[in-house]
Amino acid sequence: MNALEQEYLKVIVFQLADKEYAIPVSNVQGIEKLMHITRVPKTAKYVKGVINLRGVVTPIIDLRERFNIPATDSEDTARIIIITLDEMEVGFVVDSANDVIDIPVSSIEQQPEVVGSHEEEFISGVAKIENRLLILLHLDKVLNPVD
Amino acid sequence: MEVNQYLEMFIEESKEHLQSCSDNLLELEKNPDDLAIVNEIFRSAHTLKGMSATMGYEDLADLTHKMENVLDAIRNEKIHVTPEILDVVFESVDHLEEMVMDIANGGDGKRNVSDTVAKLKRIESGETSDTTSESPASVADAALAEVAATAAAETSPKLDYDDFEKTIILQSTDQGFNAFEISVALREDCLLKAARVYMVFDILEKNGDVVKSSPTVDKLEEEQFDQHFQVAFISKNSAEELKSKIMKVSEVDTVTVTPLSKEFFIQSTTEETFKAAVQNESPAIIVPKTPEANNNQRSQAPAKNGHAASKTIRVSIERLDILMNLFEELVIDRGRLQSIATEVNHSELNETVERMSRTMGDLQNIVLTMRMIPIDTVFNRFPKMVRTLSRDLKKKINLEILGAETELDRTVIDEIGDPLVHLIRNSVDHGIESPEVRRAKGKPEEGNVVLRAYHSGNYVFIEIEDDGAGINREKVLSKAISKGIITKEAALNLSDKQINELILASGFSTADVVSDISGRGVGLDVVKTTIESLGGSISIESTENVGSIFSIQLPLTLTIISVMLVEIEQEIYAIPLSSIIETSIIKNSDILNAHNQKVIDFRGKVVPLIFLEEIFEVPRKEQRADEYHSVVIVRKGEKLAGLVVDSFIGQQEIVLKSLGNYLTNIFAISGATILGNGKVALIIDCNALMK
Repeated sequence: MNALEQEYLKVIVFQLADKEYAIPVSNVQGIEKLMHITRVPKTAKYVKGVINLRGVVTPIIDLRERFNIPATDSEDTARIIIITLDEMEVGFVVDSANDVIDIPVSSIEQQPEVVGSHEEEFISGVAKIENRLLILLHLDKVLNPVD
Repeated sequence: MEVNQYLEMFIEESKEHLQSCSDNLLELEKNPDDLAIVNEIFRSAHTLKGMSATMGYEDLADLTHKMENVLDAIRNEKIHVTPEILDVVFESVDHLEEMVMDIANGGDGKRNVSDTVAKLKRIESGETSDTTSESPASVADAALAEVAATAAAETSPKLDYDDFEKTIILQSTDQGFNAFEISVALREDCLLKAARVYMVFDILEKNGDVVKSSPTVDKLEEEQFDQHFQVAFISKNSAEELKSKIMKVSEVDTVTVTPLSKEFFIQSTTEETFKAAVQNESPAIIVPKTPEANNNQRSQAPAKNGHAASKTIRVSIERLDILMNLFEELVIDRGRLQSIATEVNHSELNETVERMSRTMGDLQNIVLTMRMIPIDTVFNRFPKMVRTLSRDLKKKINLEILGAETELDRTVIDEIGDPLVHLIRNSVDHGIESPEVRRAKGKPEEGNVVLRAYHSGNYVFIEIEDDGAGINREKVLSKAISKGIITKEAALNLSDKQINELILASGFSTADVVSDISGRGVGLDVVKTTIESLGGSISIESTENVGSIFSIQLPLTLTIISVMLVEIEQEIYAIPLSSIIETSIIKNSDILNAHNQKVIDFRGKVVPLIFLEEIFEVPRKEQRADEYHSVVIVRKGEKLAGLVVDSFIGQQEIVLKSLGNYLTNIFAISGATILGNGKVALIIDCNALMK
């Protein structure tokens, strides 16, 4: 296959615990440093609260909580990735946001059935790039409440 | 789709034109003889027709065209204005509105209007049996006018004269003046046409009086004509003299002066109508003597142009919202700059920051007022509504609107329309009695409904007052008891005002006959909830057989509200001042227990306490064991509650923000705001806390 004809998907790569995840750039509004988050009472546990994103009150989801990964003390590398989906603007707290890469669409594979992790239901596929394994997120499902 | 980008503009403008049509139609109903109003309606209809044809909405254009024909006939005095004709025209405007709404909602604006079209056609051809019986005189007039028109077409004069102008000409010829029709042609290469016209008129007015000109004087002054214009002129001078005088004006190509014979007018106008016309017009204006008098008349025409609205541009609401957002960011940054400046204490920096703050204050006023729109945008649909309702109900109602220029934030305007519709329908249907009943009660047959809006403090008041039947409190009470809204025992303790307000309770309807105008029992409680959700309140004053006043109090704007900031542990919450009665500090020993509910005795009332830290599950590092508690007493209607917080921070004006589409229906939180330090604070919804 001619490399020029290959279709690429531009993604933002971020880290949670020891895994690398990817979100299509088209859904990403920006990446912010961690800032003060105002807790919103009586919401799901993974909703960290809201931030002031340049005058717009934006809800924040803690992806570690969402995927049931044990929390760590937030480090300097922690970032908030602001994503938009269906008129919703939401921020994800991640351990770090590493880079933007083009992944060939052909390298994306279906998620193997047995993984045994909690985030299984949020995964739309995996992509192998050299020796990295990128997990592509199913944003619809991440944002939709499970219960 | 090239047309798409104009669609929005088309819809907006169509709405405006239709509004102006209905406004002017109502005006016309009051002054059926004022042809200037007909012209105004005709202009709106004509523009609408043109626009809709351009946009390809044939049905819309077609119906407008039919309506325009009728208006044209009225304008040319072929038919006389009667309520029946206006009914049909109103009906067409209603259809047109529906069509435009349909287009706005993505439809194709098609609608079956054959019924209305048939009616319009019948009126246009003058066949309406019910109108001919109304005024035989008008039909005779119309017939004569037509005769005159055809006669005019056959003989030499190029101008059409109405009765008034004919009378003037006839009278002046009787008094020894000569009447002429003068055609002036300017040279093709004439550059300053308006100036030449002015010079010609100047000469004419020194020598006599201009009765009529075609095109009209304003059009001539705006150079809206080719090279020719005609003037009907009365003078003592001879035709030759006039011709040579006008020819002296440079760039005039030809001048033709045709004498108007008295016979021509007498031929076309019977003696009868002539007399009638003389009687209609006050004779004082008719006799043209002084050139000054005519000068005045002439100068009035261009003055009308001065009425043209001040220049405006359309800005989409979205952009205004963005502007507001950006401005809010600036406000927050200003807060930061100010605190930095005080820390650094550099005089030049201080000065600059201070100046910036002042400019921003001005800017804030402008940004806020830009979002304000006059309440007229809501009120303007009511005259037509009341007219239709009163005709349907066979009642005589006069609607008076006061303070339509009162300005409100557009967020409030958007919401207030429906409640007002309900209240006005209620006043018209239940309030105002039928003419027979009113006569029996010794009131004038025509009922009055007054719609009033005014500013007071940080609020806008809207009142709907009627001089109708008022509220029958006994009837209301028995109904409320039978419907199980209150118990008999509770009813005994109610004040008159509280009984009045029972009609706002849900599931309440006192009309004996359920009409389709109101009285489904679902209207007024919706009104109450809508108004309360806007942070407003509604109260009713009523005296039986004298009338009722529904009074609505609304905040000026929904985006900027006054709040009290309170602190619980590290978290800051905002409580709207509109719900707060007062704040107080209570001792542990003041707290009493009643049915597992902590209460306090507040000025003789038992008020339940709500511990916000429990409701909001505020994480505490260590348990507080204070002897004193800070309490904010809030209310919802008549109910009170005490919100227990750690401490009060103070009162502040804040900008209300939504939490976005992801977080919806958060318990007891109505929104958020951004504080001076850039952090987000949540706004407490006191109504939800007191269920």
